[in-house]
Amino acid sequence: MSETALEIDGLVLKYGRTVAIDGASFSVRTGTVTGVLGPNGAGKTSMIETCEGYNSPTSGTVSVLGLDPQTDARALRPRVGVMLQEGGVPSGARAQESIRHMASLYANPLDPGELADRLGLSGLRTSYRRMSGGEQQRLKFAIAIVGRPDLVFLDEPTAGLDAQARNVVRELIDQLRSSGVTVVLTTHQMDDAEQLADEIVVMDGGKVIATGSPEALMSGSSGELVFQGPLRLDLASLQLALPEGCTVSESPPGTYRVAGEVGPHALAAVTAWCAQRGVMPSQLSTQGRSLEDVFLSLTGREVRP
Amino acid sequence: MTTTPTATLTDLRPNPGAAPIGRMVIRQASFELKLLVRNGEQLLLAFIIPLVLLVGLSSVSWINLGPGSRVNIVTPGILALAVMSTAFTSRAIATGFDRRYGVLKLLGASPLPRWGLVAAKTLAIIVLEIVQVGAIVIVAFLLGWTPRGNPLAVVVLLIMGTAAFSTLGLALAGVLRAEATLAVANGIYLLLLFAGGTIVPIALMPGPMAVVAKLLPSGALGGGLRDVLVAGNSLSLLAVTVLLAWFVFGLAVAARTFRWD
Repeated sequence: MSETALEIDGLVLKYGRTVAIDGASFSVRTGTVTGVLGPNGAGKTSMIETCEGYNSPTSGTVSVLGLDPQTDARALRPRVGVMLQEGGVPSGARAQESIRHMASLYANPLDPGELADRLGLSGLRTSYRRMSGGEQQRLKFAIAIVGRPDLVFLDEPTAGLDAQARNVVRELIDQLRSSGVTVVLTTHQMDDAEQLADEIVVMDGGKVIATGSPEALMSGSSGELVFQGPLRLDLASLQLALPEGCTVSESPPGTYRVAGEVGPHALAAVTAWCAQRGVMPSQLSTQGRSLEDVFLSLTGREVRP
Repeated sequence: MTTTPTATLTDLRPNPGAAPIGRMVIRQASFELKLLVRNGEQLLLAFIIPLVLLVGLSSVSWINLGPGSRVNIVTPGILALAVMSTAFTSRAIATGFDRRYGVLKLLGASPLPRWGLVAAKTLAIIVLEIVQVGAIVIVAFLLGWTPRGNPLAVVVLLIMGTAAFSTLGLALAGVLRAEATLAVANGIYLLLLFAGGTIVPIALMPGPMAVVAKLLPSGALGGGLRDVLVAGNSLSLLAVTVLLAWFVFGLAVAARTFRWD
């Protein structure tokens, strides 16, 4: 099995005059979970559906498991599981029979009954159109993974799920990863991305604007270091000791705040400076940004149309 | 039913592969039939309306069907109606909603190739038609039906009618949205039922209408079946030509307009 499960290079996708994807590039390692984040209209679904072979790239290349989703569709389809954002199941079909039917199209499927059990769908007698949003989501998820694919594309897998169901889906995604399945998912749920994803791809306006592990995205670049100490420490001196990009302030008196690029160096500088003066900082804490902060600072805070 | 080997959920390791194509087509066809049989409106269209019309038109005397045994005149038209309802109306409506709900789209990402899906849908239609024709023939015999002509000619006409109507159904579902397909497919069904030469013999229609009806797929199928089953004639070349022309037309339109998502 190749190291790279998915490789997107300079992908441009236009619908008429609308540019849905404007030169996106990134790659996904085999056996990892990649979360694609982005505001509405960022191009997440267009991107995923291009990988699934539904859209033909205007320019650039997409390589899925080393194959072209357009020309090698036949070889690729059994190896790729798909969960669409909208629909995919006949409105009159029940949960178990839908999973069983999809399983019957594959050579070595998972046990449909066990999958239904695991996802809490086995007692369900209602047809798809009468299921709750969460039940529909779980069914679509089951259908995406029942064929034992190498790679699964999940478009908003946890949307509309309650806490219990979200946990089950997260556990299964985690289990898929440890079994060697590559997972690419889109989500609006920052905590999903933070907890599940090995790699995050942030999209906006059809472009990939950031990639990296959640830790890398959240650490380093910004945050706040706060400690308590005696009143009126020499701020100018502390400021000089700090790495570039950090600023220190005292507010309220006795509480010192270092803002900016708060990383290990800033922490070391603060503690060294205190040691030189025989000052014991108390309640020292650092607060990294949450993924949501990173996301909002990357994509802006205004509401998208 | 073939049992599918399965792995337990403790093992989610990739093990991809498509099922044999024959199994995929048969499972898809039986899944579609199962959903269709569960749908009340489809059953109404496929069985109840044709059988009620068969019994009704054969029994009442106040509708003029021309000279001869009523059940003999009515039965060929009911057979044509059964083909039309399944191959055209049901197929168009189901396809429209399958697309609307992303069913065709998701199947497009499954191992079942597109031609396999078309084959499965065709197989489902053929199985349903065999059951329909069986039910109609049994009821007709109970009503005293005495068919004439060559049964092979009847089979040829039913197959050609199925081919013509099903490509027309796909063409309609390709051109229109799901709700519009539902309305138009039902509208065309009713129009062809009464005025298209399906049930009412073309000979009883006023001149210009009769000419039009002969050139419609409904009139060609209904008229062709009556030619064989009532008059005992051989296969009508005109009926075969008309059905073939509609098949080619439907195929051309469907190929240009049909979308999977």
